[in-house]
Amino acid sequence: MALLTLANSRHPLADTATQRATLAALPLARSFEDAAASAGHDPLRTSAIQILQINVGKRCNQACHHCHVDAGPDRTEVMTPEVADACLRFLESSDIPTVDITGGAPELHPLFRDIVRRARAAGRHVMDRCNLTITRLPNYADLPEFLAEYRVEVIASLPSFSERQTNAQRGDGVFADSIAALRRFNELGYGTDGSGLLLHLVTNPVGAFLPGAQAALEADWKRELQRRFGVRFNRLYTITNMPISRFLQFLSDSGNLQAYMDRLVASFNPAAVEGLMCRTTLSVGWDGRLYDCDFNQMLDLGTANGAPQTIFDATPESLASRRIVIGPHCFGCTAGAGSSCGGATTT
Amino acid sequence: MDTYYHPKDLARFAEMGEEAPELWRKFLEWYNAVFREGALTEREKALIALGVAHAVQCPYCIDAYTTTCLEKGSTPEQMTEAVHVAAAIRGGASLVHGVQMRSHVDKLSM
Repeated sequence: MALLTLANSRHPLADTATQRATLAALPLARSFEDAAASAGHDPLRTSAIQILQINVGKRCNQACHHCHVDAGPDRTEVMTPEVADACLRFLESSDIPTVDITGGAPELHPLFRDIVRRARAAGRHVMDRCNLTITRLPNYADLPEFLAEYRVEVIASLPSFSERQTNAQRGDGVFADSIAALRRFNELGYGTDGSGLLLHLVTNPVGAFLPGAQAALEADWKRELQRRFGVRFNRLYTITNMPISRFLQFLSDSGNLQAYMDRLVASFNPAAVEGLMCRTTLSVGWDGRLYDCDFNQMLDLGTANGAPQTIFDATPESLASRRIVIGPHCFGCTAGAGSSCGGATTT
Repeated sequence: MDTYYHPKDLARFAEMGEEAPELWRKFLEWYNAVFREGALTEREKALIALGVAHAVQCPYCIDAYTTTCLEKGSTPEQMTEAVHVAAAIRGGASLVHGVQMRSHVDKLSM
């Protein structure tokens, strides 16, 4: 049975202002602003946009315990055709090389395939953040073939090669469906070197601890997934859980919040600031509002400091070298080896 | 409640260097070198440390290396097996001393 989302269970943390206040109230050893400045980024600014990340909505067939989107089957927020069209027009007017489609489960959006086709027709690389189990639903069984046809890079969530850990984070039965989905992607050539069909896995820690070294884990994962299930993939991305939405709820309810934030702050890596994804990403919400990253989006921290606020007002020039909106949660992306939607940001 | 062990005391570990800074520096240098990747991976070394932590029953080490094992990518199943290895060696070590008992019985008995 799906977990009720914060929004629909009327949890206090469903209110993003409450989330921001909860984080702001924590006594931390330093502010992120100070930390970024110590790494030579005072203030933190964007460089050229490399990725247009389109969040098409909060609907998802899963309701994972760590979800920073608070996505789930009971969410109704989805991108309108007008906003999707504006995103694509913005893309076509720019030289942004990559489109990253996320959600929720982005494939649930009725325009998902149209967005993929149009972005590919514009010659852009497309990434789909796929929860894997979506491909096991009857209406989406042909999704892997569609993604293969359009050479879409699949970035799939799988927190562990252990069934118990995966199901603990993502729900009962998710592990078995995920393995079945991975096998289908493999049958189509995904995950095979030289096929051009990229299948990357994303692992978030199953609890209040940091991810391990990406390269070492990737070797373990490749060995274990091949040995146990005959599954192969290209790269493993380790992503630090962000203290936002349902992971914030978990941290708070389990009494781990202060210790986790202290750990993030103590693990600040100055070398990770340069590669922060917010510096090269423009994130668009389901309603067309603009953000420096998907995490800011879920905290309702829109672009600011004179930058356009919606995709309807955006031009690549008006978003160049904008000052990034930051907060305590940003320590999640600079802890240890750094973290981003593309995994660790340092070696 | 007052107890001999306090979880917060782990963070005070460095106080052991206050009266003997040179010894502390040497210990840390050696300790950090031990856990660096070598013929064994950092993940494998953390699993060994977890097993030893249970064998010596150090609550600080158990907390610390449980976290480290998870962060190095070990699963709870692998960690549980590591503890079983430590427990088996402890149990076996007790049992094998039974031979000493038997030898002494033989020596004292008619």
